[in-house]
Amino acid sequence: MRSLLGMKGGRYDKEESFMYTASDLRKGLKVIIDNEPYIVTAFEFSKPGKGQALYRTKLRNMITGLTIDRTFREGGTFEPASLEERAMQFLYKEGDQYHFMDNESYEQIVINEESLGDAKNFLIENLNVEVLLFRDRAIGVELPNFVNLRVIKTEPWARGDTSKADFKPATLETGYVLRVPPFIEEGELITVDTRTGEFSKRVKE
Amino acid sequence: MAGNWSLAKRKKTLQQRARIVQEIRRFFIETGYLEVETPHRIPSPAPESHIDAIPSDMWFLQTSPELCMKRMVAAGYEKIFQICRCWREKERGSLHLPEFSLLEWYRAGGDYHSLMEECERLIRFATRAIGLSEKIVFRSHEIDLSRPWERISVNEAFRRYSKTSMTRALEQNLFDEAMVQEIEPNLGVDRPMFLYDYPAQRGALARLKPEDPAVAERFELYIGGLELANGFSELIDPAEQRERFRIENKNRQSFDKTVYSMPEKFLAELHNMPPSSGIALGVDRLVMIFLDVETIDDVVAFTPEEL
Repeated sequence: MRSLLGMKGGRYDKEESFMYTASDLRKGLKVIIDNEPYIVTAFEFSKPGKGQALYRTKLRNMITGLTIDRTFREGGTFEPASLEERAMQFLYKEGDQYHFMDNESYEQIVINEESLGDAKNFLIENLNVEVLLFRDRAIGVELPNFVNLRVIKTEPWARGDTSKADFKPATLETGYVLRVPPFIEEGELITVDTRTGEFSKRVKE
Repeated sequence: MAGNWSLAKRKKTLQQRARIVQEIRRFFIETGYLEVETPHRIPSPAPESHIDAIPSDMWFLQTSPELCMKRMVAAGYEKIFQICRCWREKERGSLHLPEFSLLEWYRAGGDYHSLMEECERLIRFATRAIGLSEKIVFRSHEIDLSRPWERISVNEAFRRYSKTSMTRALEQNLFDEAMVQEIEPNLGVDRPMFLYDYPAQRGALARLKPEDPAVAERFELYIGGLELANGFSELIDPAEQRERFRIENKNRQSFDKTVYSMPEKFLAELHNMPPSSGIALGVDRLVMIFLDVETIDDVVAFTPEEL
């Protein structure tokens, strides 16, 4: 489905705050449902003959990461989920608590491991990230697309072994395990694509 | 190389679409129908709860040619068809365009069951004429078009495919949700299917069944889970039609929607209409099914977003 460009969108409710209506629903829209922020990940318009318009969606909870199916009727309204992004630095991890510092105010905040999702695999000390805040509550982080991480454990490459020539497992300093080319050795620094979680290249030091 | 790639790559589809439309025309001409044209822009559409018209300089763009075509039947045009553009506000999805092509035909005499047969004949004629076999493939699934096509009542469809009953779905105001989520995906999967006898409130212009006034003599044709056509035995009692429109408008008011003016000229002429049946078929969707195309966007030259 292409985006619904050119269609009138949204309206103002009695308290004069901007609301989306069901016909504004589209992929990527962020809305509040049951007081939590959701992002629309799939969308389909249906209308049984002579019946009402139904908007079938898949929504991902931006706090828990869980996906739900919801069908909305015409006329339903939604509060937009406005998320604030703030530049912060990752300081350290304590149990399942991750500590960050605001680059401008030096204020420190804590995000738990569950809210970080896959981002926890790539957080190393002093990494600059964008922390997402929903109603002043930190709910996740946006990482740079590429992060350099050190390999702390991987099997040495047995020369001449062509049986599993393409890839071998490696453990990174964050505990994340991924597949790397056989020539990568323990102690080396590699670049990882945080969007896919895959090996990108070896870093020359 | 052509500059507009998405338009250029639809060329074969649009050529085949033109052939399908030409063959539909040929079917009606050969079976004695008169092709008619009625205005696209009208003072007011027929009031129906969930069909919204696009305003056009104090009037509206038609949501279907129904009222004008019925006035023609009432005036003695016994077998008529039309292929035209219709507009419905805010309908947009992989099966919906706010501007789309509708084939509509009416004939004096015959009820909705005889119309189902004619529908079978038309679609089988068109498939043969464009060189398709009796078994077509849509969305990786084979659909057998040989006769007879299955006919099941809406009540029966709920029994087969839904966790709830039709009566309960209506009581709980979840009829549309059950249709879309549970029932429709199962309809017309292996062969085309007619779903018939809708709850009376789902057919504002359809005749009620004489032996069961809770049910309207209305049907929908499904092929491959897609709703393709909607037909019924026409309601020809002006007083009852006026009351049904009043209820539809009352619903519209409760949904905060535009209330449409009573189509007085249509109502005044309705008593001249002989017992008739009529049907509207989505041409874009028929092309999708025949050519195994995934979205409605790919069977038209331009979507609204591409203008």
